[in-house]
Amino acid sequence: MTLEPLLREHPFLTSLEPQYLALLAGCATNVRFGEGSFLFREGEPADRCFLIREGKVALEIAAAGRGPIIVQTLAAGDVTGFSWLLEPHQWQFDGRAIEPVHAIALGGACLRGKCADDPRLGFELTQLFARLAIQRLQATRLQLLDVYGNAHASAV
Amino acid sequence: MHPLSEPSAASPWTEPASWRVTATRRESDDTVTLELEPPAGQVFAFRAGQFNMLGAFGTGEVPISISGDPATGGPVLHTIRDVGMATHALCSLEPGDRVGVRGPYGTCWPLEQAEGADVVVIAGGIGLPPVRPAVYHLLAHRDRYRRVVLLYGARTPADLLFTGELTRWRSRFDLDVQVTVDTAAGGWRGDVGVVPDLIATARFDPATATAFMVGPEIMMRFTIRALQTAGVPDDRIFLSMERNMQCAVAMCGHCQLGPFLMCRDGPVFCHRRLAPWLNLREA
Amino acid sequence: MQLPAGGEGQLVMVRDDLDQLLDAIAHRGFRLIGPTARDGAIVYDEISCSADLPAGWTDDQDGGTYRLRRRGDDALFGYNVGPQSWKRYLFPPSSLLSRVRSDDGLAFAAADEQQAAPLAFIGVRSCELHAIAIQDRVFLGGRHPDPVYADRREGAFIVAVNCGQAGGTCFCVSMQTGPRAQSGFDLALTELLDADRHEFLVEIGTARGADVMSEVACRTAQPTDVATAGQIIERTAESMGRHMDTGGIKDLLYANFEHPRWDEVAGRCLACGNCTMACPTCFCFSVENVSDLTGTQAELHRSWDSCFTMDHSYLHGGAVRVSNRSRYRQWMTHKLATWIDQFGTSGCVGCGRCITWCPVGIDITEEAAAIRADDGAVAGGPGAVTSAEPGAPHSQKGQAGDA
Repeated sequence: MTLEPLLREHPFLTSLEPQYLALLAGCATNVRFGEGSFLFREGEPADRCFLIREGKVALEIAAAGRGPIIVQTLAAGDVTGFSWLLEPHQWQFDGRAIEPVHAIALGGACLRGKCADDPRLGFELTQLFARLAIQRLQATRLQLLDVYGNAHASAV
Repeated sequence: MHPLSEPSAASPWTEPASWRVTATRRESDDTVTLELEPPAGQVFAFRAGQFNMLGAFGTGEVPISISGDPATGGPVLHTIRDVGMATHALCSLEPGDRVGVRGPYGTCWPLEQAEGADVVVIAGGIGLPPVRPAVYHLLAHRDRYRRVVLLYGARTPADLLFTGELTRWRSRFDLDVQVTVDTAAGGWRGDVGVVPDLIATARFDPATATAFMVGPEIMMRFTIRALQTAGVPDDRIFLSMERNMQCAVAMCGHCQLGPFLMCRDGPVFCHRRLAPWLNLREA
Repeated sequence: MQLPAGGEGQLVMVRDDLDQLLDAIAHRGFRLIGPTARDGAIVYDEISCSADLPAGWTDDQDGGTYRLRRRGDDALFGYNVGPQSWKRYLFPPSSLLSRVRSDDGLAFAAADEQQAAPLAFIGVRSCELHAIAIQDRVFLGGRHPDPVYADRREGAFIVAVNCGQAGGTCFCVSMQTGPRAQSGFDLALTELLDADRHEFLVEIGTARGADVMSEVACRTAQPTDVATAGQIIERTAESMGRHMDTGGIKDLLYANFEHPRWDEVAGRCLACGNCTMACPTCFCFSVENVSDLTGTQAELHRSWDSCFTMDHSYLHGGAVRVSNRSRYRQWMTHKLATWIDQFGTSGCVGCGRCITWCPVGIDITEEAAAIRADDGAVAGGPGAVTSAEPGAPHSQKGQAGDA
């Protein structure tokens, strides 16, 4: 049974041509995470990315004395990151399911191999993940501006 | 009965009436809602989006959006954030205290114009109070609108306003509420992210929907871009703006933004009209 | 420029009988305010007779320059405008608006500072009549007329004077505000002075003006009197010290918000605000609440403010207009452009005070011309985004750009 239909209906991949979806299906596995469990931990090898189908994932980071801080939440239709794409292939944050999560995991090495074999697929995927990175960057900048901050902390 | 629904032609300097604080509610660390009652025998009416000039004794007046329901009688709600001397004095008032009030002033949300289609209400931080009267109206006349969406963002979960009401609204089937914060401690089960990112996944028809938006200017500019990307036309995006306001009667010159006197031509503006001035630096 | 040819209804009064005119006005209960020479300038102050007027003086004005100079004759109105304007009386630099008591609830009471007596302005120039009309729109034309201004304005008696010479910084012709007084006066005088006579042609503007003139010795004006006055005014119009091309000026300024000229003038402008104080139409004011030591009484004061101050655009956390550049731009575009959208007329009457009283001689006509000459230039070079909306400010015009 191929996961191609599930890939086809995921919003992140809607612009991908059918033959590439078929290729990706070869790297795909269906995964579930119970509430509270970690999809990935900071520092661990980022050997896959997750297309979230259901549930909510929190990207968190923790430090001594500060506890975990959520920097972003992702829900159905979102993707967790691009650390699989570029060296050093390492997760930058913790990813924790704050609701039960159903997702499709795409193997990183598998994806990179298929991109090497088919540069056109590589180009398409890089485009998709570049757009994701830009969106995340803009959001991060807006968070950084602390626009809701009090009069002394922010400009507006 | 002396209706104060239209600011009278009397002097703005002696027009303030002495209203009584009937209740106060702390909404967050730095935000308070005052419930104010006009003098006996006076009826006050306002339209969603308008503001009053409030002045605690001995401090200056400040423009405060009316945050209650325009359709109900009784005390008039004003939600104030403590950012300076005058607002600090207002936030420190107790029931029984008196405050000078004059108004209402300014333009209102075009609620009639938005009928027959989806409405997206977008609020950031202290922007929720000025738009809450519009939400009350939408809910009171629910059958005149199609989908109604409320997108609300704040700095942290502790900064969210009107959480009780938000919870009640979320449980309605005819209102779609999405709340997000810029950052949260682990344990927060809501969304973390920025308001503009909520637009892409919100369920509304961009071709026909009307958007009402209040928040910090930077947030509004990013959100406007997201709305435009989604296909909402400029003439159906409305925003509430803020500038230094002292007289509220289009005379002191402080609230100018280009050709607009914010107390008279705003605070609610159609984006199409305001757009050329929004992105100018130091305009 | 043409006065009614036959001089219908116009009178001629000899110079000395000007005192009868002043007396007739004073006897009706008015407080006379007129030009006087003091501290090296023409200032508007209380007068009682024609001897108080600056006879035989004229002024030399240029950018950042003002000097009084003796004339060769005894003309009573042989100068132009000084640093003040009539706004000093209609919209006082400082006034008490109301009192608030807090001992039993909060009670607001109007300031009991009514006008001592109604005002009579003697010697109002055409540009000043237009300036008064412009401020009328601001203070009386909205939904909440200002009672302080209204109290002083209503019933003010106005004796206008048609300028017999143009000042070095005058450009009323460009702004279509003079030099001939057209309306808004009770009486309008044109000084007719030569070797043979010193008289005034008097034009009646209102019934009240006619009533006053009934107590003044005068004769009916002859066509020659009218012609002479017309020539004087014509000569004035042809000798304006400055010129401003106002064609499409609103759209011109809206289209050039990022023009490099703003940086250039910002390098000279001291943000001293003299222009806003001297300008007869500037109306910004700040309201201050002052409470007494007992904490039971507070007063609301109004005083002139200026868009050049750092606080003017303060919005919790900081000012919107921080740089000199933005504040000069705000003042000039308000005066010439956004005022039109706000109140339906230009804010400028071409009196030249801002040029004369600027310590560094910044000339609004020169700034407008510089922008016009280089319409579309952008500080820092091309590449800015264009908005195609007409009447909208944008950084660049006519370039192939992509949004």
